[in-house]
Amino acid sequence: MDNKTNGPQQYVVSSSPHAHSGDTVRKIMLTVIIAMLPALAASLYFFGLNALRLVLMCCSTCILTEAISRKIMGREAAVDDFSAVVTGMLLAFNLPPTIPSWMAVVGSAFAIIIVKQVFGGLGYNPFNPALAARVMLLIACTGSMTTWTMPGGSFMSVNAATTATPLGMWKEAWSSTATAPAGFFEQYPIMDLFLGNQPGCIGEVSALALLIGGLYLIWKRCIYWQVPVFYIGTVALLAGILYAIDPETNLRPDYHILTGGLMLGAFFMATDMVTSPITKKGMAVFGIGCGLLTMIIRKWSGGYPEGVSFAILFMNALVPLINNVTKPRTFGHLKAKK
Amino acid sequence: MTTKATYTVPGGIHPKYHKELARDRELETPTMPVLLKVSMSQHLGAPAQPTVAKGNTVLRGQRIGEPAGFISAAVHAPTSGIVKAVNTAPTATGAVAASIDIEPDGEDKVDPGLQGNANWQQTNPEDLISAVADCGIAGMGGAGFPTHVKLSPPPGKTIDTLIVNGAECEPYLTADYRLMLEQPERIVEGISIIQHILGVKTVRIAIEDNKPEAIKEMERAASKLHGDIKIVELNTEYPQGAEKQQIYAVTGQEVPSGGLPMDIGALVENVGTAAAIRDAVIDGKPLTERVTTITGVPLQRPSNVVARIGTPISHLVEFCGGVNNSACKLICGGPMMGFAIASEELATTKTTSGILFLAKSQVTAFSSTPCISCGRCVEGCPMRLVPSELSQFIEAEDYEAAEAMNLLDCIECGCCAFQCPATRPLVQHMRRGKAEAMLRRKREQAEKK
Repeated sequence: MDNKTNGPQQYVVSSSPHAHSGDTVRKIMLTVIIAMLPALAASLYFFGLNALRLVLMCCSTCILTEAISRKIMGREAAVDDFSAVVTGMLLAFNLPPTIPSWMAVVGSAFAIIIVKQVFGGLGYNPFNPALAARVMLLIACTGSMTTWTMPGGSFMSVNAATTATPLGMWKEAWSSTATAPAGFFEQYPIMDLFLGNQPGCIGEVSALALLIGGLYLIWKRCIYWQVPVFYIGTVALLAGILYAIDPETNLRPDYHILTGGLMLGAFFMATDMVTSPITKKGMAVFGIGCGLLTMIIRKWSGGYPEGVSFAILFMNALVPLINNVTKPRTFGHLKAKK
Repeated sequence: MTTKATYTVPGGIHPKYHKELARDRELETPTMPVLLKVSMSQHLGAPAQPTVAKGNTVLRGQRIGEPAGFISAAVHAPTSGIVKAVNTAPTATGAVAASIDIEPDGEDKVDPGLQGNANWQQTNPEDLISAVADCGIAGMGGAGFPTHVKLSPPPGKTIDTLIVNGAECEPYLTADYRLMLEQPERIVEGISIIQHILGVKTVRIAIEDNKPEAIKEMERAASKLHGDIKIVELNTEYPQGAEKQQIYAVTGQEVPSGGLPMDIGALVENVGTAAAIRDAVIDGKPLTERVTTITGVPLQRPSNVVARIGTPISHLVEFCGGVNNSACKLICGGPMMGFAIASEELATTKTTSGILFLAKSQVTAFSSTPCISCGRCVEGCPMRLVPSELSQFIEAEDYEAAEAMNLLDCIECGCCAFQCPATRPLVQHMRRGKAEAMLRRKREQAEKK
């Protein structure tokens, strides 16, 4: 039959569906990177060149080790999915400003090679690479990982005057004298904590910047609200109960939320798709578990004033179990009526 | 009267609809092609058996294929002419079935033996069901289930709610929409015939809220119906038109797994099927033409046509001014569940609701990467399955584990794959898993014997 159209003789044949949302892993990772920009800006503002140094060190090491290790393992290159950049930025955000560069490099290599690629690469890693690397450094290099400086005090130098984090200060005072540290609330007005003017890891200090990024991720549907809301909500509730019981020895709930790594953890670490549950119910359970563990460590652990990293890592291990018990009821599979 | 649906599909997605391409194009009748290719496999179930031979002359509406079994449907000549060949041809799914080539004589003479029944209200339901069967009516929403089977519930099953499906949730397609807009009376007469056959008082006409004009027209036409009649406005969300999901959206009830809508007293008929039932009963007219949307960005003039069944796609493309050279993919049906086909030489059938061309820019070749457990497939699944885990079990060839996770409930709607950021071929995995599960069942049955 004579064919007057310009269509090809042979059309492309493939299985349905023939449409896609357009959201790819790469796009999601880029969105996460964009969402981290406010916190990056805050870290540069508060910790200057040290922040820049750490972010560059971590990101370049992550990209390099990802490329090399995948090559050695005979896997397809995957640097262009930008997940290594996300890991690098997150690890940098979780480091104190004066930590030596070589530690940042070792941590980054550990995150990519041991925590991610050894398990099979993106998607197969049971633990969040950046978090696992942070905890490794915390245990292996405790001194450097717990040396804090006030913002501005360590702009260029790694030898700035050291101080304690608000949570560290509180825990120290409480465990030695069982009272609130003198002048604590005068030293850390709540607004300073919200904006980020406090000692801490370079990316965790500014609740405002993290909140902007987190809301952006929810709006872009890259994370579900369940994880951060249940996580922060559980911390607030427990801290509130403890505070109501004894306001002398328990830190106010708003301080619990705005200090330490809670905001960074709740919006950027606990929400990591690979290492968090797949159902919304599971995400809620996961968030509550993270909140519980964070508070237990902050309040009752011997040596650690902060518990966000340990809490999320521990909950990472429970994800398969949570997925199993929160499986949705398949449509049409009704419970038999008696 | 119109009410908002109380429920909506579980899961679901919001693809880009692109309905504007063909939405405002009135129904047109294209010219007769030089050759009609009428497949014997246009419905779900056993293909019909050809009853004519090369050289026979046929009249429009004359039976050329006998149903082969209970779940099967008759096939009729779409126009008068000469049988040029009885051969085999691939269907849209790629399966091969008997096919009859008819060369139209241009006179379009109707078989004088066909008789309508203006007195259907006084006719008993069995006779009306056989009229529907005689006319070869099959579900026109896409699946093509033989309608007379649906209208004959086995003893003990009663149907109390008729749901008329005008959702048309597939992107691009506007065939049902045009039909509701231009010929609502045909649909409504069909509905009242179904009501009479089944003794059903409750009728729900389900339409997505992105078709307000259709809702208005159907509301006006439906005022002639008797009983508890309502237009139900569904949220615009894919797949509101899927049978089980639509029943849930309208009634809040779930069809039990492995069961049929009639298990909970419901029956769903597509608007086009209702109109075809009307033509079969009142005019005695077999199903030999249907409304098809032919659309897509590469197409010169997207249209809604009333084309004879068996019209080659190439003929319709010509009628629509041709496609430009960006055309890359040709789909029979909509983009979510339609079948990609290689050649324009394929002909339309009773279930061809749409013919869609996609441009090169809309088609991407992709390789899939490992699942990142984002949960979007779980969120989107209208059967509340866990596609991510199912697909991993199937990849590992652990079909029993997949079956234990209710793999067989999958309706292959494509919501999971549409959303998957790792572009995993989830629907293909499901199909493979289902095929393997069915094979295993067959083997087990054979072993028992």
